[in-house]
Amino acid sequence: MAERRVTVQTEAGLHARPAALFVQAATKAPMDVSVGRPDADPVNAKSILLVIGLDVRHGEEIVISAEGDGADAALDELVATVTANGA
Amino acid sequence: MPDRLSGLGVSPGAGAGPVRTIAGAVPEPPAGERHGGDAAAETARALAALEEVAADLEKRGDRAGGEARDVLAAQAMMARDPGLAELAGQKIADGGSAPRAVYEAFGVFRDMLAGAGDYMAARVADLDDIRDRTVAVLRGLPMPGVPDSDEPFVLVARDLAPADTALLDPAKVVAFVTEEGGPTSHTAILARSMGVPAVVACPGCTALAEGTVVLVDGGSGDVRPDPSAEEVARARAVAGARSAALAATGPGTTADGHAVPLLANVGGPQDVAAALEHGAEGVGLFRTEFLFLDRTTPPGEDEQEAAYRAVLEAFPYVAVRTLDAGADKPLGFLPATGEEPNPALGERGLRMLRRHPEVLAGQLAALARAARGLPVELLVMAPMVADAAEAREFTETCRTAGITRAGVMIEIPAAALRARDLAAEAAFFSIGTNDLAQYAFAADRQLGALSRLQDPWQPALLDLVALTAEGAGGKPCGVCGEAAGDPALACVLTGLGVTSLSMSPPALRAVRAALAAHTLDQCRHAATAARTAHNADEARQAAREALPGLTALGL
Repeated sequence: MAERRVTVQTEAGLHARPAALFVQAATKAPMDVSVGRPDADPVNAKSILLVIGLDVRHGEEIVISAEGDGADAALDELVATVTANGA
Repeated sequence: MPDRLSGLGVSPGAGAGPVRTIAGAVPEPPAGERHGGDAAAETARALAALEEVAADLEKRGDRAGGEARDVLAAQAMMARDPGLAELAGQKIADGGSAPRAVYEAFGVFRDMLAGAGDYMAARVADLDDIRDRTVAVLRGLPMPGVPDSDEPFVLVARDLAPADTALLDPAKVVAFVTEEGGPTSHTAILARSMGVPAVVACPGCTALAEGTVVLVDGGSGDVRPDPSAEEVARARAVAGARSAALAATGPGTTADGHAVPLLANVGGPQDVAAALEHGAEGVGLFRTEFLFLDRTTPPGEDEQEAAYRAVLEAFPYVAVRTLDAGADKPLGFLPATGEEPNPALGERGLRMLRRHPEVLAGQLAALARAARGLPVELLVMAPMVADAAEAREFTETCRTAGITRAGVMIEIPAAALRARDLAAEAAFFSIGTNDLAQYAFAADRQLGALSRLQDPWQPALLDLVALTAEGAGGKPCGVCGEAAGDPALACVLTGLGVTSLSMSPPALRAVRAALAAHTLDQCRHAATAARTAHNADEARQAAREALPGLTALGL
């Protein structure tokens, strides 16, 4: 099980365009991907409704996890969507 | 098919095109509705409907491009949401029909999002739209909302809500026809602001078959199905002659040089460009609701200051109306006012601001700061002022905030009747003819059935305007209702003693042309003729006879 703990740097948090980019990247990954706040139940990262339902704001920390071949590459890509500024 | 339908022309001009109807609301699938027994097939049907909706949203986004593409792509993602599909699948496995299962699955996410802030609340509206689209596909119903069309069309509806028209492409609509609505309904205001012909209160229009070509005359109110090429050509020729007459620019004045400043009604900084483009000399009504509605926290003074400044720096003269909210337009950040059986007669406008003085104080402070250092003449006016005591209190509150030009809207008949008393307390008047008619005739603005009473040509309304202008005693007395945008009525108002006219920007050119074609004496004569009439139709006709320039201009 690979996971990344990352601070959300996008202005809109995990909403609007950053949320859409995040879910698009998760949907491309061949394995299950989950996302959530540290110490809380994670949700399916491929579900835009569950992801925006987390209501993660700018500056909050999230944990993204995935398992299997290519998990690390997929996670790196997901991290980039919430840390790339101007997104 | 009838060979002619007739309604109320509320936005002049002629337009011809195929009918496209806005479908009504999609009904909720009944609770407990079950499928025939093949859960797998039912699930496939639900998923196919969701995918069809997603693909359609994407297609529309690609065609629209720009920001709309992102918005619609995000909506498409919601329709394809795996969490949603899973939940709907479970409900179908439990025996629920596809429409009901989809409806309930959306409901679960709706509840989850509805609790959170502004951004989430907007997503709830998105979800409802996607849900209704999916149910419509499953039921074989027409898609809700504004129809999609590659060619320009005549938009037909029972009535239009702001939500229906938010995504409307102005280049695609050649005319509006609605069954309900009056001269001040959303449809009428939108049509005039777009400069598109419109007929409202037109019984039978929603029965017109989809795709029928109709000729719409937004002046006379005629809607003619299957017009001949000649009829269309003639209607367009008249409309063309008219538009040629409207090319003039410059300040508003009668033929003999009596100045009548022509001002714009604006709803925020986004309207500045249109106002300038149509030659507005200033702003006669700057509505400030856009800063306050649909939010859960009040706007800060800095945010307000920036928005006000964007309008104040564009014009030499701006009259700002303080927040006009009430039970019909509740504010998320204020405690609910309790159930009011008649919101139009309740704590709205200044009455609401008196209950929440901090909102008014914040607004006035932001306005004073926004105007600082600008060469603008800032006027601030309160909505829904009933008597001199309220006018005095408002003037004092403005003075405390450093605003010297404080005025009042005249919308309540009592204020018009006692205009002289109010003039002693206020620096200027601005007559809101829409509300003044609503209150004078006890006729709800939104009810098409009462549109006859909303007619600004009613002699009783003209009497109230005359009383107000006279009571102003030399202080400025403008009109900022929809009446000011009617070229004939603009001349009559001028004749009644109104000193400036404020309207939605596209109406400015026709009003400028009408004023320039008549002397002040002709306007006064037309005003007397209209007030001598016994009903609105006679008043309109009598005034037009006294204003010969209108017909020549095709106005």
